[in-house]
Amino acid sequence: MHGYSGKILHIDLDERKHWSEEKPEEWYKIYIGGVCMATRLCWENIKVGCDAYDPGNPICFANGIFSGTPVPVGGKYGLASKSPLTGVIGDSLSGSWFSVALKRAQWDGVVIHGASKDWIYLFIDDDRVEFLPADKLLGLGTYETEEKIREIFGDDQVRSATIGPAGENMVRYANVTNDGRQAGRTGHGSVWASKKLKAVAVRGTYGVTVHDPETLLGLSFDITESAQGPHTEKYRIYGTSTNMLNASKEGFLPTHNFQEGVFDFVELVSGEYLDEHHKVKVIACAQCPIACEQMSMVKKGPFAGSMTGIEYECLQAVSSNCGIGDMTAAIKMVDISDSSGMDTMSMGVSISYAMECFERGVLKKEDFKCNKYPEGFEPNFGNGEAGVTLAEMIRDKEGIGALLAEGTRIAAKKIDQERNSESWKWAMNIKGLECPGYDARSLKTFAMGLAVGTRGGCHNRSAAYDPDIKGQTNRFTVDDTRGVVAARSEEYAAVYDTLPMCKFIRRCFTGKADRAGAWPAIAKLINATTGWNFDYDDVDLIGVRAHTIKKAFNIREGWKSEDDDIPYRWKHDPMTKGPGAGHVVTDEELNYMKQLYYKAKGWTEEGLIPKKLLIDLGMDDVAEEIGV
Amino acid sequence: MVASTSKYKYIVCDPELCIGCQLCEYICSYTKTGEFNSYRSRIRTVRVDEVLITAVSCRTCEDAPCVRACPRDALTQDAVTGIIHIDPQKCDGCAWCVEACDFGAISINHETKLAEICDQCEDVEGGPQCVLICPKDALQYTTPDQRSQRTRKKLIESSLEFPQKAKDPR
Repeated sequence: MHGYSGKILHIDLDERKHWSEEKPEEWYKIYIGGVCMATRLCWENIKVGCDAYDPGNPICFANGIFSGTPVPVGGKYGLASKSPLTGVIGDSLSGSWFSVALKRAQWDGVVIHGASKDWIYLFIDDDRVEFLPADKLLGLGTYETEEKIREIFGDDQVRSATIGPAGENMVRYANVTNDGRQAGRTGHGSVWASKKLKAVAVRGTYGVTVHDPETLLGLSFDITESAQGPHTEKYRIYGTSTNMLNASKEGFLPTHNFQEGVFDFVELVSGEYLDEHHKVKVIACAQCPIACEQMSMVKKGPFAGSMTGIEYECLQAVSSNCGIGDMTAAIKMVDISDSSGMDTMSMGVSISYAMECFERGVLKKEDFKCNKYPEGFEPNFGNGEAGVTLAEMIRDKEGIGALLAEGTRIAAKKIDQERNSESWKWAMNIKGLECPGYDARSLKTFAMGLAVGTRGGCHNRSAAYDPDIKGQTNRFTVDDTRGVVAARSEEYAAVYDTLPMCKFIRRCFTGKADRAGAWPAIAKLINATTGWNFDYDDVDLIGVRAHTIKKAFNIREGWKSEDDDIPYRWKHDPMTKGPGAGHVVTDEELNYMKQLYYKAKGWTEEGLIPKKLLIDLGMDDVAEEIGV
Repeated sequence: MVASTSKYKYIVCDPELCIGCQLCEYICSYTKTGEFNSYRSRIRTVRVDEVLITAVSCRTCEDAPCVRACPRDALTQDAVTGIIHIDPQKCDGCAWCVEACDFGAISINHETKLAEICDQCEDVEGGPQCVLICPKDALQYTTPDQRSQRTRKKLIESSLEFPQKAKDPR
């Protein structure tokens, strides 16, 4: 079998032992890799119904089919555990060398069970596994931890996935970080901390072989060349931050905690401004010929010296969303979250939630006491210093930061209980995961796409904003096409998330990003790597299966149709400015679209999956447990 | 003392253009071993502080220190191309050449325990494969003289503003 070793590494932190599990080729043909295989491993190994911080919640890595080969943007892995934010599947992706090292160590996946009593880190050295004390690593930032581990082993090709101080402090939306990239959003970092696991280091020294290297190289060369042209220009020149101006113009740029969709100071926090004033260098993930990471630096002012990669989702969360029209404060906030290892989007939305609480009088100045400001401070929208201070307080769980570190769902619940307030109405999360940078009141297909999302408010898993923004659907209304549009868009995304490949390559196969443009090319890459005989339909099924196993996981953990919902604000508070002004998504519209979506998926009205559908996908054991 | 680089051609990396994707390592190891493995690459990327990135391979020094350092005369330098050849029969992996190289361009193969160095793909059609695959044209197969010529030209182009004839009439 090429492309896979056929082996999953199991590590038990309680017993400090490890073993290898062999999987048959047919299993790989169904679960492939990335988020799909990671979720499947989670399905097989979790103690059903456990809390996310219970030792029975496993950490599941699944590598990519193309990791370690020259296939462009194929150096990625999936990571899954139950999410402490949502209580359902937390499936993340991260790019770069960690996946390549794991591939060369010849492990298709890693499942970490149990919990350690003392802080440790793991060293997977090809076939060996070491359990090492983490004393020297505690308190270090994410990149510092990686460098320290390389120093300890004296090998610059040792790659590590780590948690930073935010993870150690169990910020609920802490990330796992490797090579400056984040497995983000769903709170993996705090799950690792619940197991006292600081890092997983990997050294892989075996060569990677593929079924037909000449064909694979030929295909890779062509895609690499195409990736230097107009299909990726947006990502190469400005990165995704170039979306800022358009999002504001179109009226869906989250502003003042999603109160508005137009930001008055957007030009000061645009991708173009970033490029002119702050960009230092563009860097790439492993085996990526695009290079979209715009490393940006603050050169003067109170936040001078701060440097990190800036992209749209992070930028909007900490700038327009907090009303902050100061790029230096925005870079500082993203730097704090990246180096301490937390999700910038959830952090930004938690901060904007607190700012709105302050402006509406639910929280007072004295609620914001901290070492830096013993009398407290006034975090109005637009206050960059307040934004930076709150980011630090969340990282350190200092003062009100400890509450905001729980995410907006839990924070609002606690605040409303204590103060008899209704701040849940502006707690902008879906299933507990903070909303992404698209205000969905005037992107109605996307509103439903987010509502039904298996990991909560996430733009990576549902791509339904795309038809709304491009005008393929009328973004202000609903009609009977939306179920199919949303269902197919998330299955499309799931193909890339399962291989996994970065979606930025999607136009580079043939110039067309649709299924007809991309699937035949992806099938060729899979076949040259593995020797399989995949065709268009097989590639299409990758996405269907990936999404189905995630949904099945959630059903088994107790998901109900009423969980597929959007924040109160999107249903009741219309915006006042821009093209989206006056629009909301009513309960009636949402429920209508949800039913269309369940139907398009072939599910029941309650959103449950028929047995036959699961059996047809080759998931007989899943059908047995949750099929109807 | 840093050895002087020379009249010979070698592979040079522009750190401003290098994005650190390591595709050069993939293609190098494949060309030499049939497998993709950075540990077997004769060109290596280096990254410091996340944003300082470049790639390094043999710089074909004149009167190469690695050749002089080898106690078993396993290393020889081609008088025409400057390429360093390592005789696997004579090499015993003592790594004196590794220590002698100011550029870190020699590595010990962890399987055979013998020294390995870039040979500019002298037997491969199309020349150095890393230069061909580099997506950003950060790698150049060049001599120091050619390199300085190009730097001068680039400097003039970027610092003087003259009306320019359209390069691509489309």
